[in-house]
Amino acid sequence: MRDIQSEQDGDDPFAFRDCADLSGAGARRQVVILGAGPVGLCAAIDLARHGIPSVVIDARNAASDGSRAICWAKRTLEICDRLGTADALVARGVTWHRGKVHFGETEVYDFDLQPQPDHHRPAFINLQQFHFEAAAIEQARRHSLIDLRWQHRATGLHRNSDGDITLDIDTPAGRYALTAEWLLACDGVRSTVRHALGLEFEGRVFDDHFLIADIRMRADFPAVRRFWFEPVFSDGGSALMHKQADDVWRCDFQLGRDADPGREREPARIKDRLRRMLGGAEFELVWSSVYTFTCRRLARFRHGRVFFAGDSAHVVSPFGARGGNGGIQDADNLAWKLAAVLQGTAPEALLDSYEAERIPAADENIRNSTRSTDFITPKSAASRVFRDAVLDLARNHPFARQMVNSGRLSLPANYAGSPLNTGDADHFAAGPPPGAPCPDAPATGPAGDWLLQHLGDDFTLLYNGGRGEAHELVAGLTPAVRPLAIGSDLRDTGDRIAEGYGLSCPARPARRSPMAPPGPRCCRRRTRPRPRPHGDNLT
Amino acid sequence: MTDKLQTDSRLTAPDEFYEKLLALHESLDPAASARVNARLILLLANHIGDLRVLDEALAAARQQPTD
Repeated sequence: MRDIQSEQDGDDPFAFRDCADLSGAGARRQVVILGAGPVGLCAAIDLARHGIPSVVIDARNAASDGSRAICWAKRTLEICDRLGTADALVARGVTWHRGKVHFGETEVYDFDLQPQPDHHRPAFINLQQFHFEAAAIEQARRHSLIDLRWQHRATGLHRNSDGDITLDIDTPAGRYALTAEWLLACDGVRSTVRHALGLEFEGRVFDDHFLIADIRMRADFPAVRRFWFEPVFSDGGSALMHKQADDVWRCDFQLGRDADPGREREPARIKDRLRRMLGGAEFELVWSSVYTFTCRRLARFRHGRVFFAGDSAHVVSPFGARGGNGGIQDADNLAWKLAAVLQGTAPEALLDSYEAERIPAADENIRNSTRSTDFITPKSAASRVFRDAVLDLARNHPFARQMVNSGRLSLPANYAGSPLNTGDADHFAAGPPPGAPCPDAPATGPAGDWLLQHLGDDFTLLYNGGRGEAHELVAGLTPAVRPLAIGSDLRDTGDRIAEGYGLSCPARPARRSPMAPPGPRCCRRRTRPRPRPHGDNLT
Repeated sequence: MTDKLQTDSRLTAPDEFYEKLLALHESLDPAASARVNARLILLLANHIGDLRVLDEALAAARQQPTD
């Protein structure tokens, strides 16, 4: 880390602070990030780690209420490891791996996402979004390159003829104009930037109403994801119960298309519904929300020097935890590219690969989320018959359990079709193909006990061979590539790295060289061409 | 396993199977019949397994007799 400030303990992180731009004639900044939610904060931290300063604008004056996104996937935790927040998230969150599915009064099946012993992080943790944000805010405030401005509201946006973007900012102490060379719109599903640019989402709108009720309850229920189709305790079509931190449980009820949202928001009615679900257990209602959802995205995520990331770019149903986790991967994808372009180590064309990679990823999330929604809320008599038939069969037939879809949980995007991939020129019998995420593995070295901890923020050459050869391979490359020789820079403690990356071919013992850009993901070579981190068509 | 949908006659006892298919639905109301049919389709689809064959079956089923 290049710019750690001293801790600022004890003060309100959301306080309005006087800002020199308020009295100036109009400030111009290289990077402005609109929205200090999980996506905007992760982008700011990542940029700072690459030496790029940013101004982060958010209208809020307090932590977000309610739990919102609660389910953080392994890939998100691996990204947060790099950003420095994962330990705090895992310590606070609820690690879970078991799930049960019920149909009517009977349990249809249960599943176990067994923790992988070769991976540092669990498949999922559950943690309220405001805890995720608190850890990111704390981390962001350690970076002097991040200018975090709470209670600054963007009210208007103008694109200037030179490509700059000027934002009208409203604060408790007055207004000012802030001009950005590059703007990251991380301002959520109701994005001010998206509206100001007249951009529309495209995709499907669903009309089923759902109710989220977060309750505090000291119960001995295990941390199991429980999903009910047509539960006897609710007149709607489905229900979900999932444990979060602080003895809070997420309860989610399908209310149907004809539900009256106003009536369903009445606390007495919500508590009544919860009592039918929980029987005699004592609970306190912490937060509730009645919502409908859409599965949609923008046609493009880049508009000149404006980038959309997270919910401003794409939205999904909550089933599968693909909203928050998808947004974090957006930030992770964009930050190093923008940093490389701003530092002059990559051509601007690199930035087009952001949407070339993240639009297919968003489509995959939308596709999975839409399929889950169609299973959970059948739209026709025929789709209901098939859904119920699947659940009937799932009790006795394993194949049908694979078809039960109460949410296909977020997995890392595979950029198989990315313009950044350099295709395999050599045969690899195992290991992640170009564009795939790097799997973790036990390792011993100065950066920690896991391989992914050694990959860091920059391009890495993972090399099964001598340290001298590894250094020679990357000498003079732009952007710089850090050599990581297995055996000298880190030890392959469990023999899982060479095996997992297909580097242990006995016929040719040395000079195996996959490359991990800070995705992390791979391109790879057995012979020794000059590694080309940006792919053939960009250099 | 072949990857083409077989539409020549393969049933060892077509009349017997047809009789059993009708017996499966005996005394069921239309909703229960539909559900039994759906279960049967899912079981048979899983037995076939290959999505290319199933795609052909879906296309053949979609076809009207007049097509």
